[in-house]
Amino acid sequence: MAIEGADLVKAAAYLGAGISMGLGAIGPGVGEGMAAAKACEAIGKNPKEAGLLTRTMLVGQAVSESTGIYSLVIALLLLFVV
Amino acid sequence: MIDFDIQTWIKVAAFSGGGLAMGLGAIGAAVGEGYTAAQANAAISRNPKLAGDVFKTMLMGQAIAESASIFALVVAMLLLFSKFPAQSYLTAWVLLSAGLSMGFGAIGAGIGAGFPAGAACTGMIRQPAASNRLMTNMLIGSAVCQTPAIFALVTAFILLFSNFSGRPVSPTWAAMLGAGLAAGLGAIGSGIGSGLVAESGCEGTARQPQSAPTILNVMLLGQAVTQTTAIYGLLISFILIFKDAPATDALAPAMALISAGICMGIGAIGPGVGEGFTARSAVSWVARSPDMVAEITRVMLVGQAVAESTGIYSLVIALVLIFVI
Repeated sequence: MAIEGADLVKAAAYLGAGISMGLGAIGPGVGEGMAAAKACEAIGKNPKEAGLLTRTMLVGQAVSESTGIYSLVIALLLLFVV
Repeated sequence: MIDFDIQTWIKVAAFSGGGLAMGLGAIGAAVGEGYTAAQANAAISRNPKLAGDVFKTMLMGQAIAESASIFALVVAMLLLFSKFPAQSYLTAWVLLSAGLSMGFGAIGAGIGAGFPAGAACTGMIRQPAASNRLMTNMLIGSAVCQTPAIFALVTAFILLFSNFSGRPVSPTWAAMLGAGLAAGLGAIGSGIGSGLVAESGCEGTARQPQSAPTILNVMLLGQAVTQTTAIYGLLISFILIFKDAPATDALAPAMALISAGICMGIGAIGPGVGEGFTARSAVSWVARSPDMVAEITRVMLVGQAVAESTGIYSLVIALVLIFVI
């Protein structure tokens, strides 16, 4: 089976896309889970501030989501642009 | 140098796959059971009079944590001693993939089932009167932890016993390997996550036995959400197994299929663990203030939905790799 250069490059790009999104999904998943865990705890302790706490949780999670979105962007670039 | 006949390659793959299945599959159960025994010892040292109850709970919990690794043993035995049809090199890849699927798939369930068992041992000392409820909670919680390992077992059995002889070797070999990795790696996070939820379910039942029904509801809801990414892994693995890919000698289509499996498998780990952390905290606060179950459940589900997003990105990239590229 002769492998051409262009084929090899494409194969590497596809493999890279999968690895990028796969590994990139670990951190945000765990981190956002921890943020939400603390939010549940905080609302349990102080239910009156539920609105404020939920807002803070969502903003914090959105920031921690960013690396997941970077991975998604890199995966899409590898699949469709490069 | 690598010009052996098909039968030799199939043996090589079956024996390597069997080794991987049992080797990887032994990790989780051992860690989980060790944790349970540690908690049991700590509990007995606090109140040696209840040693009998704690000992019984420990053994029950460890037996459930062991089941994932018994699945791995069964798959390894099948790989070692079954006769496999030898028409195509594809069979070798299928056997290797079955071993990887079951090996990785047993890790999370074993570790996860150790958490509720440990918490149940501690709880027996804290609240001996609630021992029946505690035991029920532990059994339900650790049974749910086993589901991702069962997904991996199903994938391994489908790979072992289906007839793929009519399919082209390339790129189907990559699809098969990807399928095993998606189901196997995808099971790790959900197993551990469900275990964390069940741990706080047992702890909460011991601290506040009167809110046991509410605790059980929230625990099952939280565990169900942690299972979602393992289900994505199972979905991708079924698509990879059953979708016919046109024959080609090029490398890129094969790598796209294997990459889809890796992407979904690894991508499922983080959300599974993270959603487990969230639900663990939610269950423990529902136990302390059962009248606030609505608020806490709402925040839990919103938080878990956000943590799920990267799992969904992985699903999208995997589907793009399979169907669009």
